[in-house]
Amino acid sequence: MTIQKLLIANRGEIAVRIIRAARELGIRTVQVHSDADTESLAVLVADEAVNIGPPPAAKSYLNIDALLKVAADTGCDAVHPGYGFLAENAGFADAVAAAGLTFVGPSGDAIRLMGDKVSARKAAMKAGVPTVPGSEGRVESEDEAKKVIADIGFPAMIKAAAGGGGRGIRIVQDKEEFDRMLPQARAEAQAAFGDGGLYIEKVITKARHIEVQVLADGDRAVHCYERECSLQRRRQKVWEEAPAMNLPEEVRESLCASAVALAEAVNYKGAGTVEYLYDDEAQEFYFIEMNTRIQVEHPVTEWVTGLDLVREMLRIAGGEPLRFSQSDIALSGHAIEVRLNAEDPANNFMPFPGQVADLRIPGGPGVRFDSMLYSGYQIPPFYDSLLAKLVVWDEDRNAAIDRLDRALGELEIGGLKTTKPLFRALAADATVRQGDFHTRWLEQWLETNASKLT
Amino acid sequence: MATKQILSPLPGTFYRKPSPDEPPFKADGDSVAEGDVIGLIEVMKSFHEVKAEVAGSNVKFIAENEDAVMAGAPLAEVDG
Repeated sequence: MTIQKLLIANRGEIAVRIIRAARELGIRTVQVHSDADTESLAVLVADEAVNIGPPPAAKSYLNIDALLKVAADTGCDAVHPGYGFLAENAGFADAVAAAGLTFVGPSGDAIRLMGDKVSARKAAMKAGVPTVPGSEGRVESEDEAKKVIADIGFPAMIKAAAGGGGRGIRIVQDKEEFDRMLPQARAEAQAAFGDGGLYIEKVITKARHIEVQVLADGDRAVHCYERECSLQRRRQKVWEEAPAMNLPEEVRESLCASAVALAEAVNYKGAGTVEYLYDDEAQEFYFIEMNTRIQVEHPVTEWVTGLDLVREMLRIAGGEPLRFSQSDIALSGHAIEVRLNAEDPANNFMPFPGQVADLRIPGGPGVRFDSMLYSGYQIPPFYDSLLAKLVVWDEDRNAAIDRLDRALGELEIGGLKTTKPLFRALAADATVRQGDFHTRWLEQWLETNASKLT
Repeated sequence: MATKQILSPLPGTFYRKPSPDEPPFKADGDSVAEGDVIGLIEVMKSFHEVKAEVAGSNVKFIAENEDAVMAGAPLAEVDG
């Protein structure tokens, strides 16, 4: 049941990345695209390309019927969803399977289990993975909430169960504030969402974001070590590293082992990432969520482990068992990825679509450039602003930062504003060099430094 | 009486409503003052208000809700 022909249900740099992995395995590729993407690099490099509709994603990349029709018409036997779009849509995974095709990823049930905050947290607890201290599920009464807060302490978060995307969240610093806010939060959740259910959770004030890459075949799982992704703006990662700096070896071992335990407990299949908050001072980690897909920042893991994660996804989906045992996977050196977005960092990261003029891509030892760019390409305004990922590797973290700065100096993306100036400034920053940052650090740094990023 | 156009400041997807369940910012025939929000442009998954740089009466939309527009494309015209 090896995959013969693969439908790529995505666009941009990740579509190009998947085509590369498929071609090396002798798998033919069909790239779907919208009216806005007829000239995209993925369309140009795929074996076949089929238009599936107008520019808005809802009418093209998210149109499940259109995708399945193309798969049938072109004789595909598998679908790779990439990241974003339908990658974590359990209904899509089910529909692909129901059409008799292979979904390159976990089952719809696994996506559903990990996609729901409450069921994912319960699965983690059951697998012995530490979770952020808080209520075990919905809190329906004020008395119940008061019992929870007595256990977890302050600061704490009161969240509306029906909220999401940062809405319906209150942070309280002490008991007096908690007692005052609790009835308010309940009434507001009822009014705003028609559901007065709440969650109570401890706030980790200076947390780092660390995540563990796993590969699994439905039976057995291995980890490919962790990534450090604390440099974020508006909860979007901008700079990622592997391995995480300043992480004691015994913490690394228990962190990675917990991700494997969770993956095996849910019979996970494919590539996945278990995300954690890491409290530097207490050296404690807490499960946040599991992403059931390939991630943007997968190349840093590939470089420090020597694995090709997208290739392994295709092999596992094609029915092969995992080709490694844990002892086969070793860490070597340090890798850093920066996300080059079409945004103007000096102007509040305003999106900047346009036409690529002169394009000069850095090279030399330890440099990888995954992108959707070519000279003359017109960047469509309808999709994510990610243009390219510059990834560097060197023997250690200091050398990798030096190499990153060298490579950024060679990079020229003419005709557009990009986030390149941000990364040159970060590479020169003493705090970044020391690795002394947490998930809120970059936003504070930008308040004083953003205007200089030209 | 001359007709004046309201142009899109950005390329992207044009929306006439603040959210799918709400009424449009302006209905055909409304008056528009300088600085009034007449719609949103979604560019690279972020949303930006379109403010009228001209004033006038009897607004007529040229771009439909959810149309793909280029920067500088006329979105609506007013009498004024």
